[in-house]
Amino acid sequence: MLIEGKVWVFGENIDTDVILPGKYLVVTDPVELGKHAMEGLDPSFPKRVAKGDIVVAGRYFGCGSSREQAPVALKYSGVAAVVAESYARIFYRNALNIGLPVLEIENTKRIAKGGERIRIDVETGEIRNLKTGEVFRAKPIPDFMLEIIREGGLIGKIKKQVAEGKLTDQ
Amino acid sequence: MGKNITEKILAKASGRQDVSPGQIVEAKIDLAMLHENTGTPAVMAFREIGLKKVWDPSKVVVILDHNAPAPTEIAAGLHKYMRAFVKEFNIGTFYDIREGICHQVLPEKGLVLPGQVVVGVDSHTCTYGALGLFSTGIGSTEMAGVLATGTLWFKVPETLKFVYRGKLPEMVSPKDVILMTMGKITSEGANYKSIEFAGPTIEAMGIGGRMTLCNMAIEMGGKAGMVDPDEKTLAYLRERSTKSFEIIRADKDAVYENVSEFDVSTLEPQVACPHAVDNVKNISEVEGREIHQAVLGSCTNGRIEDLKEAAEILKGKTVPLDVRLIVFPASREVYLGALNEGIIEVLVQSGAVVCNPNCGPCCGGHEGIMAEGEVSITTFNRNFKGRMGKGAEIYLASPQVVAASALKGRITDPRRLA
Repeated sequence: MLIEGKVWVFGENIDTDVILPGKYLVVTDPVELGKHAMEGLDPSFPKRVAKGDIVVAGRYFGCGSSREQAPVALKYSGVAAVVAESYARIFYRNALNIGLPVLEIENTKRIAKGGERIRIDVETGEIRNLKTGEVFRAKPIPDFMLEIIREGGLIGKIKKQVAEGKLTDQ
Repeated sequence: MGKNITEKILAKASGRQDVSPGQIVEAKIDLAMLHENTGTPAVMAFREIGLKKVWDPSKVVVILDHNAPAPTEIAAGLHKYMRAFVKEFNIGTFYDIREGICHQVLPEKGLVLPGQVVVGVDSHTCTYGALGLFSTGIGSTEMAGVLATGTLWFKVPETLKFVYRGKLPEMVSPKDVILMTMGKITSEGANYKSIEFAGPTIEAMGIGGRMTLCNMAIEMGGKAGMVDPDEKTLAYLRERSTKSFEIIRADKDAVYENVSEFDVSTLEPQVACPHAVDNVKNISEVEGREIHQAVLGSCTNGRIEDLKEAAEILKGKTVPLDVRLIVFPASREVYLGALNEGIIEVLVQSGAVVCNPNCGPCCGGHEGIMAEGEVSITTFNRNFKGRMGKGAEIYLASPQVVAASALKGRITDPRRLA
């Protein structure tokens, strides 16, 4: 699974209140949520981000509230993947479950500058800076998590189980 | 080799003899909690799966508490949606707007018991660990999976043990203990880990104080926070549940990733400053900062003892006209208790606005949002930038600090007023 896009660089401790402010928690339409992604930090982000862009951040991305609306907002704003030094655990699971690839790698500052293009191979964890040619390797994602990403998220995976008769009403 | 509480509970829940940190296990869920904000997308995702039933309706609780009563048409729509879900899927337990905040109501109603695995679509679900359970917050889609299957995968976390010794000084409370811990451990310091709160100080602490501690485990990144169940736990549960449960305690030779020791005998009141929960300072370093609003309540500090401590400081005095003091008892039970003890009267007489039990302004909902440039001191658990209003600042503190600060219109050490 290859993802290629323009990089947006953010710092450390980006919390989910900043990714999706609390006043929008009553919004259930993912497209509408996408219009407010990162609003707490950069209100112009939703207008400027393009489909396929990639967020590259420092440590502890997605800390704070468990709101899944945060990775949903990022995904529907157009962001195709997140690369960070570390993640808050609920955000990490949420992103996987909605099919937003999240990669973990040390020292993300060296990967790319804002605006540069990178290519990510989600399955191998390889990250390539398309401007400099430099290659980096993120921590591999466990197989069962890759399976969720391949199905587009957890619901896709569960629906497949239902369709195959592996999960039925109890 | 001895096992800690998390290892024992996850082993039991996944049907294994024992488990070790790093291992992936599939655990049976004892209880799943949904409220209207993150519960609505969970139900929407569950409906997409297409099953006709949830795995076990008796193990699902729905509660409307974040924006209650509904302040807007959109919020009202979420309430309506969740009520319809409860009816259609015969959900076992439902609390409408009259009961209060999920993390206070569930323990009060005896729904969360020692030895259980409990999940909720809210990061502060870790609160219930105060009663000796493994309880953790999950996202909406994950919850849809739980509603469908009744199980959830966990990577068994390492456990950090925090041992507290010393008697809490006058005007210093469990909130100060956890804020001090936050400052030392930092916001990522317990990421992916379980935290066991232990030691003589904890043993002497009531269930309410233990809930304050466990509530903020997530603020250090913790997967769960818990306290070994003891006689206090049993006494709390005796009047609330007749269900049987298993007391699971850490073995004496349990293994921890790290054991930290804290002496609280000379602890000062603590304040978490904008805009990070681990930006904690001694009150002496921040006293005097002007505030516009003071808020008492929430799942962190909305219990009767918290309101009582604040009322003792406010009794017979008046909050200045240019300060707003807003109070949120955490539940109907707390509210009734506070009414009976005359606490609500004291608060109202002092100039406080006493609201219905719900989350209110804590995560930017309603009933106390701030304007740009304003400063609030609250008993809440988060002070991220803009959380209660764009361009506003939030300080976090104990009920006593909040009450004293409300009286003076500035961040104030409550010991000065004694």
